[in-house]
Amino acid sequence: MGQRILITGTSRFLGGMLAKRLESDPDVETIIGVDTDPPLFEFERVEIVRADIRNPLFVKVLQATGVDTVVHANVVTDELEIGRGLMKEVNVIGSMQVLAACQKADTLRRVVVRSSTEVYGSEPDTAAFFTEEMGPETSAKSGYHRDVLEVEQYARDFGRRRPDVSLCVLRYANILGNTVNNPMSLYLGQPVVPTLLGFDPRIQFIHEDDAVEVLVHAAKSDAQGIFNVAADDAVYLSQAIRLAGRIQVPLLPPSPALAAQILRVLPFVQVPLNLVRYLAFGRVSDNTRLKTVFEYEPRYTVLDAIHDFALKKRAERIKPEPAEQQWEDDLRRFIDRKLAEAADAGPGMSHSTHGDRPGGHPDG
Amino acid sequence: MADKHTGARVIPLAQEQRRKARKVTPNEVAARARAVAASRREARASRRRAEVARLPRGRPGPIYGALADPRLRQIARFVRRRLEGQYVVDEYGYDEDLVDDVFAPLLDVLYEKYWRVEVKGLENIPTRGPALVCANHSGVLPWDAVMLALAIRNEVPTHPVPRILAADLLWRVPFLSHWARKAGITVACAADAERLLLEGEIVGTFPEGFKGIGKPFSERYRLQRFGRGGFVEVALRTGARIVPVGIVGAEEIYPMLGDLTPLARLFGLPYFPVTPGFPLLGPLGAIPLPSKWIIEFGPPVEVDDLSADAAGDAMTIFHIGDAVRDTLQQILYRNLMERRSWFW
Repeated sequence: MGQRILITGTSRFLGGMLAKRLESDPDVETIIGVDTDPPLFEFERVEIVRADIRNPLFVKVLQATGVDTVVHANVVTDELEIGRGLMKEVNVIGSMQVLAACQKADTLRRVVVRSSTEVYGSEPDTAAFFTEEMGPETSAKSGYHRDVLEVEQYARDFGRRRPDVSLCVLRYANILGNTVNNPMSLYLGQPVVPTLLGFDPRIQFIHEDDAVEVLVHAAKSDAQGIFNVAADDAVYLSQAIRLAGRIQVPLLPPSPALAAQILRVLPFVQVPLNLVRYLAFGRVSDNTRLKTVFEYEPRYTVLDAIHDFALKKRAERIKPEPAEQQWEDDLRRFIDRKLAEAADAGPGMSHSTHGDRPGGHPDG
Repeated sequence: MADKHTGARVIPLAQEQRRKARKVTPNEVAARARAVAASRREARASRRRAEVARLPRGRPGPIYGALADPRLRQIARFVRRRLEGQYVVDEYGYDEDLVDDVFAPLLDVLYEKYWRVEVKGLENIPTRGPALVCANHSGVLPWDAVMLALAIRNEVPTHPVPRILAADLLWRVPFLSHWARKAGITVACAADAERLLLEGEIVGTFPEGFKGIGKPFSERYRLQRFGRGGFVEVALRTGARIVPVGIVGAEEIYPMLGDLTPLARLFGLPYFPVTPGFPLLGPLGAIPLPSKWIIEFGPPVEVDDLSADAAGDAMTIFHIGDAVRDTLQQILYRNLMERRSWFW
């Protein structure tokens, strides 16, 4: 019998990609995706449960399916996407419910929680590299920072109460690549990128392919503990903007607090508030534990991720309008389904193709 | 499916085996982490080479073609690289392109022409492996750190990127903090110092801190207390030797006659200096005096015969710190005796 995996957040980038990758894995017997929104892909054998992880009934899902692995990837990183109130609900209350349910599931052997390097915050005078044993240097200064700290607190509590379950917490750096959409990619994707005057922080990314591979590895391996998921190198924000082919405008005042105040009253500027401190002081984390304990060697550097992002941005200028693309995809899917139905005479021949449309997937 | 009769036990057992196969002991993990750290410097160099090789060699633009002067062409190339983001930065933020083409040429004028820095005792810097360079701090503004960095960069070919540690005050200042990062300076904390030393870098530190740089002119060349000896702890944990280095000449660039403490408190600074030129002449007071500088590297204090456990022993730390302090003070006195005047 193979692994039975439950994934939360299949409508988001990480959860959806993980489910897709595990589908072709013969060692995985069952994949269950839980999300309120429709999934990222049309899956072949992933069972999608349209449920809210905040609902106490979620415990029942876990017990009824008898899964041995839970990957909690449903963490909302973008404040602008659904609003701060709902974001906190999903992140904090959602994680609380998921981990509480996990605690009651006897068949469970493995839990993977998606967190973020945001837990370290962004401060001017911290070490050049954050390692996993470093906690937050100060109290949380943004909503998302507070959320991740609470998610990790629930994870720690869970680990204490269920020592028999191997727990893995993945602290992701910002994900960047040719499909993913998140606050940082939206920020870098603006034609004119506002920055803080006099500040040029060191920033870091993890290529989206590496991000997915790490999650697959986490779901299937048994590495325990906290791991920073980041590439080897780091770049300056100014260089990232130039490499992405954008124009940097250092218009914001040289004080994160003041900049945040100004952004609050300017609705047309696309800078989420939780990014403001990051744009002043940056953050780079150390991936030694990822290489030595987790045993994953990132395949892409930060520069690779930015190059892929720049390619995507360049392709978007040439490609058809998103709506047009959407209809084309729908049409292709419809034709495929009809063809499959017609050819359904041969039993067991499940055949489904769909356009892998780059762009437009919110990151989990 | 035949396993079904044996019950649910089968799942954990199968997983248990996989778990055992993957288990690594903490010692192995530590050894691997050390290996990763030791190989990081080489990895950084090879990544730099790969990235430099990947930089596009675009056709020269119309402006470039119109320029006849090779110096102007060089500037045009530099500006284009900067605008396109086509340069390589290491993970600490050291921006080779910017340092080589802007910072170093400008500061070398100060180094060679203005302060006429003379470097002695280069044989005391190891050609292989890490070193923690400990210098006396003086001169109101940290020009001594800049010149120490240039001295190592210019005179020690094995370590072209000296890593100077700077106190937290710098890291809150817009512009300066990020230029400092690009020049290879990092935050003065144990984590950064240890990481760099484990990688085999030369790390420069000023154990006196603000007490040294902000001391009145009457106490010039008198070493202040060496903090809590954090630098010794770092050396003990990493096995790096400590190289004391005396900097003579920096005390005279801004003779500090007084300290306006209330103003310092108002601006959140450690001191507010009164020098012959400042605040009397306003910004002009920031022009340093052209004293003659000598930077002498002293005999290294080896710590690798002591175990890393000694890092927790306050007495050992105190003794080593004292030894370094004594050597440093001797270097300063000797050079002061040999010096004929402040200015030559």
